[in-house]
Amino acid sequence: MDFSLSKTEELFLQMIREFAEKEVKPLAAEVDEEERFPIETVQKMAKIGLMGIPIPKEYGGAGGTNIMYGMAVEELSRACATTGVILSAHTSLCCAPIMENGTEEQKQKYLPKLASGEWIGAFGLTEPNAGTDAAGQQTIAVLDGDEWVLNGSKIFITNGSYANVFIIIAMTDKSLGTKGISAFIVEKTDPGFSIGKKEKKMGIRGSATTELIFEDCRIPKDRQLGQLGKGFGLAMKTLDGGRIGIAAQALGIAQGAMDETVKYTKERKQFGRSISQFQNTQFQMADLETKVQAARLLVRSAHYKKDKGLPYSADAAMAKLFCAETAMEVTTKAVQFHGGYGYTREYPVERMMRDAKITEIYEGTSEVQRMVIAGKLFK
Amino acid sequence: MKIVVCIKQVPDTTEVKINPQTGTLIREGVPSIMNPDDKGGLEFALQLKEQYGAHVTVITMGLPQADAILREALAMGVDRAILLTDRKLGGADTLATSSALAGALRTMDFDLIITGRQAIDGDTAQVGPQIAEHLDLPQVSYLEHLEYDGNKTFTIRKQTEEGYQMLQMDAPCLVTVLASAVKPRYMSVSGIVDAYNREVEVWNADKIDVPEERIGKAGSPTSVFKSFPKSLKPAGETFEVSPEEAVDLIIGKLKEKHII
Repeated sequence: MDFSLSKTEELFLQMIREFAEKEVKPLAAEVDEEERFPIETVQKMAKIGLMGIPIPKEYGGAGGTNIMYGMAVEELSRACATTGVILSAHTSLCCAPIMENGTEEQKQKYLPKLASGEWIGAFGLTEPNAGTDAAGQQTIAVLDGDEWVLNGSKIFITNGSYANVFIIIAMTDKSLGTKGISAFIVEKTDPGFSIGKKEKKMGIRGSATTELIFEDCRIPKDRQLGQLGKGFGLAMKTLDGGRIGIAAQALGIAQGAMDETVKYTKERKQFGRSISQFQNTQFQMADLETKVQAARLLVRSAHYKKDKGLPYSADAAMAKLFCAETAMEVTTKAVQFHGGYGYTREYPVERMMRDAKITEIYEGTSEVQRMVIAGKLFK
Repeated sequence: MKIVVCIKQVPDTTEVKINPQTGTLIREGVPSIMNPDDKGGLEFALQLKEQYGAHVTVITMGLPQADAILREALAMGVDRAILLTDRKLGGADTLATSSALAGALRTMDFDLIITGRQAIDGDTAQVGPQIAEHLDLPQVSYLEHLEYDGNKTFTIRKQTEEGYQMLQMDAPCLVTVLASAVKPRYMSVSGIVDAYNREVEVWNADKIDVPEERIGKAGSPTSVFKSFPKSLKPAGETFEVSPEEAVDLIIGKLKEKHII
């Protein structure tokens, strides 16, 4: 077993660290404060190919691995969790389902534009009454001649107002339950489609989280993604992949908070010495560092299995559960180590603690991850 | 247009630690990077490639691990990469280094050679100009900006202590570039994925056109008397204020230090 990175991955890490440090970190506080989608950063990411890391070259992507994609989300989130989730939702929740379920025509039409970053992608599953119980879909799609007609709404959609392409899950036959759910590709310009209200959030405040509204939204018949009635499975499988992305985001937030805390506790003097010299600081930080490293290995191991075509559903759930809870613990303690300063926006750990919380909630709450893990354990 | 960029792998620190016994650099534990001025030179070459169409080659003389900066150059978009490495080239001072690089360049076709102004490990700024002398080429050092007329003539802005000079020079020629003149591009993800599948040509001393007594330790008249780290200056303060406020601020600071 080899835990070392390949030379290609090392080269990628060198680039993405420099990019995050120079292009992403300086904007993080502003993006949070102003609740502003960092479009200029997304354009820079697009220019160097970050919007299409694991997409094969024949579809305009970089042909990289999921491990590289995870490193990108981690390093971007280490600087700015908003930027990390923009990439994660785009790649895992929109590019991946098209890549894995799309017809050749769909792949040719959408992947090159998504991979180049000309188009941003999003995914719509959650509804006001269908959160963790995703089977309770109320958005309906009815076939009318050569067109599907969608009616309903989706909420909490990451990248909502900036996305051009949406993977939308809707009920095509209510009598069949989860077997009556299908997936569709909706474009921003489709008639009857509109963006609803934008959420005001605790954290990841720069990511555009919006409602999507379908009022007799008509799309061509060939926009159905995957087989009819297989949309629920498609959505669950998409979320399996997405969870590793969110795990990487949580890991990045945790690492960012570790970096800040190491720096601060070395500089901050109380009782005549740096607070990093107190054993309480050292023991707590050693425990946190151990958890962050364990979290990283879970992320890499889940992406490794995805890259190798091995089953990874439970691995993804474990990675997300552990990374999210580690991010929450690390950032909470990071604020504590910073004392009163940590509670102010003068220091980035305040933002990081707010950003961390969502990783325990979206793309499956920590409770859902436990259900997935237990489901495998007791099957 | 054919461009060759000479690059060097250097330790990633401006606080180079020196072994007081031997007077040599302590490289252990210090990550290696592409020399910043050389990376600036590479960016100039890639911009010329985009604007006018060019074939860009990078060459480095160094240890086998210098392969890493050639892969980085490939991922940034160069067409060809050459690693000149041989025990016979070891222990070279700037003269022997420039002799070896000139020997390699003599075997190649080029219109423009670009080097960084100087390397952050030695800070000599000698290798670029020496290469031009060995090859009897016109040269401009401290380049800030460059334009090409599409027909073998370059118009160059050169930084000087007083300001700048505008110069014209015909190909083939050599320029040395400042890192501050340009922001190097990031490696592309696609370029990174391909970098280790592409060829880095490995050349030894037999492949270059230069007598053996001019390279390596034998070709190095320099002997180091003493090496010492530069003393550190504290970073300056930066203020973003209006010109009116700036005047008061500067006067206040000067008074504070009893300068006025």
